[in-house]
Amino acid sequence: MARAVTTQRKAITTVFAWAVAFLIFFPILYAIITSFKTEAEAIAGFSLIPSGTLESYKAVEAQNSYFKFFVNSVIISVGSTILALLVAVPAAWSMAFSPTRRTKDILMWMLSTKMMPAVAVLVPMYLIFRDWNLLDTRLGLTVMLMLINLPIVVWMLYTYFREIPGEILEAARMDGASLFNEIVYVLTPIAVPGIASTMLLNIILAWNEAFWTIRLTTTNAAPLTAFIASFSSPQGLFWAKLSAASTLAIAPILIMGWFSQRQLVRGLTFGAVK
Amino acid sequence: MATRQTRTLARFMMAPSVLLLLVWMIVPLAMTLWFSFQNYNLLNPANVSFDGLFNYRFFYTDPAFFQSIWNTLLIVVGVLAITVIGGIALALLLDQPMFGQGIVRILVISPFFVMPPVAALVWKNMIMHPGYGVFADIAKFFGRTPIDWFAQFPLLSIIIIVAWQWLPFATLILLTSLQSLDGEQKEAAEMDGAGFASRFIYLVLPHMARAITVVILIQTIFLLGVYAEILVTTNGGPGYASTNLPFLIYRTALLGYDVGGASAGGVIAVILANIVAFFLMRAVGKNLDR
Repeated sequence: MARAVTTQRKAITTVFAWAVAFLIFFPILYAIITSFKTEAEAIAGFSLIPSGTLESYKAVEAQNSYFKFFVNSVIISVGSTILALLVAVPAAWSMAFSPTRRTKDILMWMLSTKMMPAVAVLVPMYLIFRDWNLLDTRLGLTVMLMLINLPIVVWMLYTYFREIPGEILEAARMDGASLFNEIVYVLTPIAVPGIASTMLLNIILAWNEAFWTIRLTTTNAAPLTAFIASFSSPQGLFWAKLSAASTLAIAPILIMGWFSQRQLVRGLTFGAVK
Repeated sequence: MATRQTRTLARFMMAPSVLLLLVWMIVPLAMTLWFSFQNYNLLNPANVSFDGLFNYRFFYTDPAFFQSIWNTLLIVVGVLAITVIGGIALALLLDQPMFGQGIVRILVISPFFVMPPVAALVWKNMIMHPGYGVFADIAKFFGRTPIDWFAQFPLLSIIIIVAWQWLPFATLILLTSLQSLDGEQKEAAEMDGAGFASRFIYLVLPHMARAITVVILIQTIFLLGVYAEILVTTNGGPGYASTNLPFLIYRTALLGYDVGGASAGGVIAVILANIVAFFLMRAVGKNLDR
């Protein structure tokens, strides 16, 4: 039985919740609004109505070759995610379907590697990258982010795979399905949603990673995190331009994020909260 | 039916992940530990020698060290306080029936998807800037002198920015937990005449306890490593006022070229993280047994 809620109370809640949500979202909204202002308007005091100019967007591309950083971000985040999935799917698969006594220990150990503070290995990683000529390369950064996110990917896949009932496999075997048929026609269709959400979350995490991407790149392989960070040096008041670059940098991930709310909870809590 | 064959296959499938993570964990950590006992400066790489505990003593006697540890803890505790309390309040609010719940939810979780440099720079330039920021506009509207946030309250400013980034995470997880609370239990409590306060304390809060623990532990792991937000706003200053341990290590390593000293700092960071990790692993491990 649903609780009876008066319309009046619902209306009050609605107004209050929208006000709070607006305040929390405001910095993002204001950056988006500012990106459609001219530089003069951007510092001319508070205003929520921009002139609608696109000059900042043009300037970001013309002066800073924005697109290059965008491409780097895409290559590094998608590349590292695909690499991680290739390594993690078989591992999560075997742990979910033929667990041994040590499976739990292995999972916990994998999680513990995630606890290592990045900064603790800054020096060795920097020296290794320098000696192997990986500094400022997309390859180096892709591998780096793959390693960082691998434990999360294995864990997330494991929590999804664990929910697939083993009886399905047995039924398929009874019906005489070969291992190949079993994988292609029975398991893959069930596993795809889990793999897809893992992929989505991991791309988001890799896109926003802002320690290694800033420290291990200079120009060639620099993704958007490093590009935006370069705006911190005092080079004048280019706030409309900064806003345009910021809007472009967060828009794709913001939209992906909205679609992956549920998976986010699951992935980031290692299945502890669903 | 785990036959010998499938078990071999299972090991084979796990090998790449395990090996990669093993190498990733052992090699750089061993190098950090090794360097921490060496006198090794990148400006003078020919002259590397064993140095015993000198780097640790040097790090330990540096006044910036204790300030950075203190700042690290302040960031962790400050952000946790804001996000957990705010997260509970927001989760309770978002759990109420309202119009356009989906959109409200989307707006509230959005900051989590903003990359740290963008979040920090937007706050620094457009919200907190003493000349042109929104806070300054509000202050001027009321005839007050605008606050120069990053000069006067550098650490607090960073805590505010980081809390804004993590509030959605706490809210989302606590809301998920709240929604799994049995509606009949709530109704029963209401029928028995329990008011909002007692329902919250005796029913809702215990139900959310686990999620709160998870939020605290996971955020702590990330908050111990706050870096980009400091880099693009205060750069650790003024002085060392907003330098945390990761930032101090970065300064020592890449600005001071002191490999030995930075490695000693790294070892300390590992110890600090391990204390937290110990508790997190226990909380997550319990869930696996279920």
